Amino acid sequence: MSAPLLGVADLTVEFPTRRGILRALDAVSFAIAPGEILGMVGESGAGKSLTGAAIIGLLAPPGRIAGGEVRLEGARIDHLPAEAMRRIRGRRIGAIFQDPLTTLNPLYTIGRQLTETIRTHLPMSAAEARTRAIRWLDEVGIPAAARRIDAYPHEFSGGQRQRVVIALALCAEPRLVIADEPTTALDVSIQAQIIALLKRLAREHGTAVLLITHDMGVIAETADRVAVMYAGRIAEIGPVAEVIRAPAHPYTEGLMASIPPLEHRLERLAQIEGAMPRLNAIPDGCAFHPRCPRAIDRCRGERPALTPAGATMAACLLAHA
Amino acid sequence: MIVFILARLLQAIPVLIAVGVIAFAMFRYVGDPIGAMLGQDYSDAHRAELMHKLGLDQPAYVQFFRFLWNALHGNFGISYRVGEPVATLFAQRLPATLELAITATVLAVLVAIPAGVYAGIWPRSWVSRALMVGSLLGVSLPTFLIGVLLILAFSVQLGWLPSFGRGHVVHLGFWTTGFLTLSGLRALVLPAITLGMFELTLIMRLVRAEMLEVLRSDYIKFARARGLRARTIYFGHALKNTLVPVITIIGLQLGGVVAYSVVTETVFQWPGVGLLFIQSVAAADIPVMAAYLLLVGVVFVTINLVVDLLYYAVDPRLRVERPGHGR
Ligand SMILES: Nc1ncnc2c1ncn2[C@@H]1O[C@H](COP(=O)(O)OP(=O)(O)O)[C@@H](O)[C@H]1O
Ligand SMILES: [Mg+2]
Repeated sequence: MSAPLLGVADLTVEFPTRRGILRALDAVSFAIAPGEILGMVGESGAGKSLTGAAIIGLLAPPGRIAGGEVRLEGARIDHLPAEAMRRIRGRRIGAIFQDPLTTLNPLYTIGRQLTETIRTHLPMSAAEARTRAIRWLDEVGIPAAARRIDAYPHEFSGGQRQRVVIALALCAEPRLVIADEPTTALDVSIQAQIIALLKRLAREHGTAVLLITHDMGVIAETADRVAVMYAGRIAEIGPVAEVIRAPAHPYTEGLMASIPPLEHRLERLAQIEGAMPRLNAIPDGCAFHPRCPRAIDRCRGERPALTPAGATMAACLLAHA
Repeated sequence: MIVFILARLLQAIPVLIAVGVIAFAMFRYVGDPIGAMLGQDYSDAHRAELMHKLGLDQPAYVQFFRFLWNALHGNFGISYRVGEPVATLFAQRLPATLELAITATVLAVLVAIPAGVYAGIWPRSWVSRALMVGSLLGVSLPTFLIGVLLILAFSVQLGWLPSFGRGHVVHLGFWTTGFLTLSGLRALVLPAITLGMFELTLIMRLVRAEMLEVLRSDYIKFARARGLRARTIYFGHALKNTLVPVITIIGLQLGGVVAYSVVTETVFQWPGVGLLFIQSVAAADIPVMAAYLLLVGVVFVTINLVVDLLYYAVDPRLRVERPGHGR
């Protein structure tokens, strides 16, 4: 693997509360190479969105990075001053949110939102920024872009708005974009189009993507590698084909057992009994052991590290046996 | 756009007619104007003669339409108390009230919006907490008490500002203004603060609450994720989204300001229509009271129309879809 574009090491995020500190991300480590698409899956509440928010420095208080580091092209970006971090957002790391109906400011035309983003990050005149905005609308597949640029968000359909959001995330040409469930809120018929668009743009512009999703089918089709998250930790990470073919973690196995119909959603994870623990009740040892069909005594007391297991890396004591 | 304005004007007509009926009923049936005009002893013949002269012996609907017709022509009858045309009295007094109301509102808005934005962005700072506690006083203290306290402090104790009247005014045609002389401006300070205080605190609290709400929205989070500057996010994106409710309250409160000006004008002996109204109530000067009621009705209707137009200007979603754009 070439030198990583993004390197996350032992990232730990905590929420101080009245009843003690909740650890929502616990020593999460992964890397993304330039141009690579890393999928991230996990049940709701596993910590996927927090990972994205921590990387771009937008954790909602009182959440804070309590440990570990985030490196972008080798330089640390966790704990940067607010202004330095602001310059990175949009310019070097873009973000795509889940619900396009609420991510655009309803009171401004999409053209204004595009040009303000472009001119915040790039030294351009208003006219140049507008030309670039039209080009981006064109590129994300908005028909008659030169005319629609002056329309307001409510004049677009949900799918089109997500295309606009993608244009906004990419218009200053960041090298990495974090897409947090970019299709979850969309009509099923449009989801595939949006994913295909994202994939094409990432390839054409050499943009790396952290693609967060519930949908293993989307990962299988789109991502190069996949990270499986469970209770704020990475359970397994590796090349998509390997993780699907030969999962090393029993949790991943449970997930994969349920993909065959491509349109699968993790919320309906019938194969694994029980539910993911709440943050204030994460068990000692392996967080998954109470639900694990193969748990042994050691799993209760010993926390497994993420170590190579076949072609992937897994955090499971049994995977290395 | 024009259709929109016309539609709103049409909606306003029933309201104005209702106000007109009430004003007329008051004009015609409250109190005993004849008795008030003739004093203690008069003969029945005297009374009948005066009733006839004033048209009070005609059927009610005729009187009502004549009342409306006259009102539309700026003729509100003769004040029982002063013996001058009501319209003249109002024309003399209206500039004082309008200048006071406008100053109070401008002052309130100029202070309330920045303070509310600040308190919304940094809700935990001690300045914000102080603003919120202070605003509770502004909301809960009655207007007259604020006025009296201000007079005590700045007129009686410190002697910095006058406690009554309008100071020197300049006549500009039919308008008299206190804006152009130092004594006029000084006289305006305490009444404007008194009148604007309630509005100020209300708007500030509203802006703060709306800011807190808007700052949690996805489009603000996304604006941050796009790397926009804090100033752009707070003033360009967040503040504008708080404007619809804020405009509503400012509009409604402008009506309130006109109403409360009765109290403020009384406390400061401000020679406006509010003071005129109070003096008329004391003297049962029905034509003036009826005209005041009509005036307030027209002011409210106008403000509502302006508020609707502002919504239209602020929020594109309220505009009619342009052909070829929507879907
Ligand atoms: N402000 C907060 N205070 C306490 N816990 C939080 C807060 N925000 C998120 N969490 C917790 O962090 C965990 C991870 O959330 P998130 O990253 O949004 O999950 P997801 O994988 O569904 O995106 C969840 O258990 C959630 O309850
Ligand atoms: Mg999420």
